[in-house]
Amino acid sequence: MREDNPNQVPRIGVFVCECGANIGNVVNIPEVVENAKKLPGVSFVERDVSLCSSAGVKHVKDAISKNGVDRVVFAACSIKNYGSLLEAACEAAGVNKYLISFANIREQCAWAHYGSPKGATRKAINLVGMAVARVQKSEPLKDLELEVEPSTLIIGGGISGMTAALCLANQGFRVFLVEKEPELGGMLNKLYKLYLTNQSVSEVLSPIIEGVTSHRNIKLFTSASLKEVEGHFGDFEITVSANGGIEKFRVGTIILATGAKVFEPSGMYGYGDKEGIVTQLELEQILKQEKLKRPGKVAMIQCVGARGEEGVPYCSRICCMVAVKNATLIKRLYPDCEVYIIYRDLQTYGKENEEYHAKARELGIRFIEYTPENRPEIIPNGNGKLRVRVYHALLGETLNVDSDLVVLSTPLIQHKGGEEISKMLKVPLGSDGFFREAYMEMQSVALGVNGIYVCGAAQGPKSIDESITQAYAAAAQAASPMLLKRVKIPAITAEVDEERCIGCQLCMDVCPFHAVIFEEGKSMIIEAVCRGCGNCAAGCPSRAISMKGFKDEQILAEVQAAFKGE
Amino acid sequence: MENVGSVTVIGGGVAGIQAALELAKLGMLVYLVEEKPSIGGRIIELNCSSCQLEVPMDCSICPVIPKMVECHNHSNIRLLTKTHVTGFSGAVGNFVLSVLKQPRFVHEDRCTGCGACAEKCPVEVFDAFNMVQGKKKAIYFPVPQAFPQIPVIDKENCVHFRNGNCKKCSEVCPTHAIDFSDEDMKIGIESDAVVLATGLSLYDPAAIREYGYKRYKNVITILDLEQMTSIHGLTGGRVVRISDQKKPRRIAFIQCVGSRSRRTGNNFCSGVCCLYTAKDAALVKMLLPETEVYVFYIDLRVFGKGYQELLNKVRNDLGVKYIRGRPGGIWEDPKTKDLIISYENTLIRRAEKLRVDMVVLSPALLPHPSNQKLAEILGLEVDEDGFFKSPNPVASPCDTTLEGVFTCGYCRGPRGIAESATQASAAAARVAETIALTKSRRVKR
Repeated sequence: MREDNPNQVPRIGVFVCECGANIGNVVNIPEVVENAKKLPGVSFVERDVSLCSSAGVKHVKDAISKNGVDRVVFAACSIKNYGSLLEAACEAAGVNKYLISFANIREQCAWAHYGSPKGATRKAINLVGMAVARVQKSEPLKDLELEVEPSTLIIGGGISGMTAALCLANQGFRVFLVEKEPELGGMLNKLYKLYLTNQSVSEVLSPIIEGVTSHRNIKLFTSASLKEVEGHFGDFEITVSANGGIEKFRVGTIILATGAKVFEPSGMYGYGDKEGIVTQLELEQILKQEKLKRPGKVAMIQCVGARGEEGVPYCSRICCMVAVKNATLIKRLYPDCEVYIIYRDLQTYGKENEEYHAKARELGIRFIEYTPENRPEIIPNGNGKLRVRVYHALLGETLNVDSDLVVLSTPLIQHKGGEEISKMLKVPLGSDGFFREAYMEMQSVALGVNGIYVCGAAQGPKSIDESITQAYAAAAQAASPMLLKRVKIPAITAEVDEERCIGCQLCMDVCPFHAVIFEEGKSMIIEAVCRGCGNCAAGCPSRAISMKGFKDEQILAEVQAAFKGE
Repeated sequence: MENVGSVTVIGGGVAGIQAALELAKLGMLVYLVEEKPSIGGRIIELNCSSCQLEVPMDCSICPVIPKMVECHNHSNIRLLTKTHVTGFSGAVGNFVLSVLKQPRFVHEDRCTGCGACAEKCPVEVFDAFNMVQGKKKAIYFPVPQAFPQIPVIDKENCVHFRNGNCKKCSEVCPTHAIDFSDEDMKIGIESDAVVLATGLSLYDPAAIREYGYKRYKNVITILDLEQMTSIHGLTGGRVVRISDQKKPRRIAFIQCVGSRSRRTGNNFCSGVCCLYTAKDAALVKMLLPETEVYVFYIDLRVFGKGYQELLNKVRNDLGVKYIRGRPGGIWEDPKTKDLIISYENTLIRRAEKLRVDMVVLSPALLPHPSNQKLAEILGLEVDEDGFFKSPNPVASPCDTTLEGVFTCGYCRGPRGIAESATQASAAAARVAETIALTKSRRVKR
């Protein structure tokens, strides 16, 4: 890294990316380049067709080395896309990554204002001016390096939590597994047989429970609850209440495997009022306890409380296959019984599900498609049966299915326990209520918070094999920092000027992460805990707290540049 | 850090890249074997502009490019492009793979990717890959975002290999990286474990003659559309009819072309078409707001996170019209090159016709044709469609019928990018677990 000499005038390099036609077709690139050249401190401005290509990255490195600049501004797409790639290129060329600033001229200019190229160009020029002003006031910073305890806390002892636990324990990591129920197994304990193999639950569950309970690297807490989580990635301090006492231990990483619960369709289709109307989960119990009396007809209604206005808006992914499986099991048990699945779109995606579905049709299970405009209804009928009336769109007729049993397929939803964990660990939930992954496409197990991962139905409805897969994925991502025993986290944290601190402790009250401690009359920030939200800096009455990477001087310079000439 | 084991990943698509990275981060030495000249798999053939949408998704390639760069630069990953597996022996903890690396005719450690060679190459070849992308040189970059960013010589079309009369690329290369004498290289790799990520291939919809693909110019596949909407494509991201380069006023998408079909034998659902069709329908609507967009479907498979929300947006806000039914045929109006689709709308049981300017087919996605051969070499089982089998698809979703060999991505069964990436991480965890257990078994002995 180049030495930062405060007396030296900053030398700034500016790169303007065309993103092919993505920016270039809307924003007038030559105009942006010419204006940037006039800005104070700028020693060169170069354009590139595509900075994220390897040719672009090479261009950045070469231009920095050739011109000997110490600060860089990228006018390109959002920092969220290729920020880390371009930062790495700058660091390789000797520029500290905190001496870089981004002007988002794609999402915020070319795309937001694609109907008005002139306005988009003016805004791009402005954003570049702001970024240049800001980067002049930037200071070099160093990422924090944290040590990571090679141990993990897994919250939830269902199939996902146990799979992750066993996988990590087998790799030699210490695992603490916390389950709120007295038994391991989670939702699977309530099920009968599993698709795709029609195995009984115990065939899948027993070996893994045996593995988890007998593993010397796994410390198991059942009938337990998580009381407190303090600390940070690498060194979380955990308090668990179990066996009538309190246990405390430290872990480097945390995996959430808290599962989900089934939506209760109270009042829908007469559930709760009429006899003979059950949910799929209740049917699993009836089948397991061998209490299903030979029915004449069974009707299953899909998407009850899902994909619509009542209940949840999303598709719960597994209910179609659960229905097809339970219908198959009933049909095998009582071949004379007529089983109907009344569905919207059959979610038997992929190969194995589709094959299973095809076999169900061969068995004689009847499928009736309904549309949201024509929902099935259960209407009064004198013969003691539940009359399901449904418009069969493919036949163009209204059918009456006089059923002995009506089974409602309801979605999986987040439960109270999951919401409490979300609050305790300060990890976000999505609009569907499930834990929100960092990045759906490539990082479905990472959460926005360093060192905490998610798997199984806690992240969204999924089948057993999908939950197991995701549990392994979470194990892989948690294992990596524990194996290296150290990890880097961003240097953007709060900083207290002891001279100015008056010891009012307001910062402690407003910090949501308990990152502030009070020692010898002054506040201090624990950098590893601080997530750089800025609450303390905003709240401090004596302006003693500043945010590294977001100092007042940087922000004011940016604001001044924004209003220059207005 | 010393490597805790070594692993060979076969296939450098999104699943293979993610698996390699995850394994590298777990301290493994990784050999990433890819038969094409660039890693990236099918995803780098997809478009680079769909993030213009206000929907929860990125460009098709955005999530992967940073991973490709990371993979290419990671000190624990050895990239073997233009390479395929020819032999296999041993057991978990000490497999030996024989691979064959085919000549690129460009020195990978000398080339800087400047592209001077491709600029000077006098040969222009029609790119047979699809009807949209157009021309390429006899020395060329496989795709604009190729990794490694090293060109490759197309031996069949190169003048030097035809008559020895041209060395233009070699003459302009500033680092003397061109090597016409490059030849096949046999390499042996010792590996504790193997991860299969061979991905998918596309069904050729020309076999469904009544849809007229390759006979009617304005019938294209979804991949053609992806290329067309890419900023790197021939039209620079504009959607046009191939016949006359005009803006289409009506476009119909047809799903399940060759999939969920007893006739083709591909009974399964490809698992991703409903979503990407919704995405591309939305993209067309954003690029051409006046254009009417229709989608023919059987079931709308919206099982993933955010899918239903996307579908609602596409149908209700963007006004894309969905019709339940699989069209029976398409006819071309010889004068206008318009297309007439004949179909039954199965929700109202009516046979209807729809005249459109352009048809986009979503062909079945099949397992990669190399799976059968690879299964023979490795001694694995594949099912009748060519997907690798798991000993228990519920309890061991990443495992194969051979201990120490794991799968991820499409080669195990249909799945999208997100699931492929998750599976890749999962396979890496299984590798780490298996190697740890194998080593402790050895110690005990």
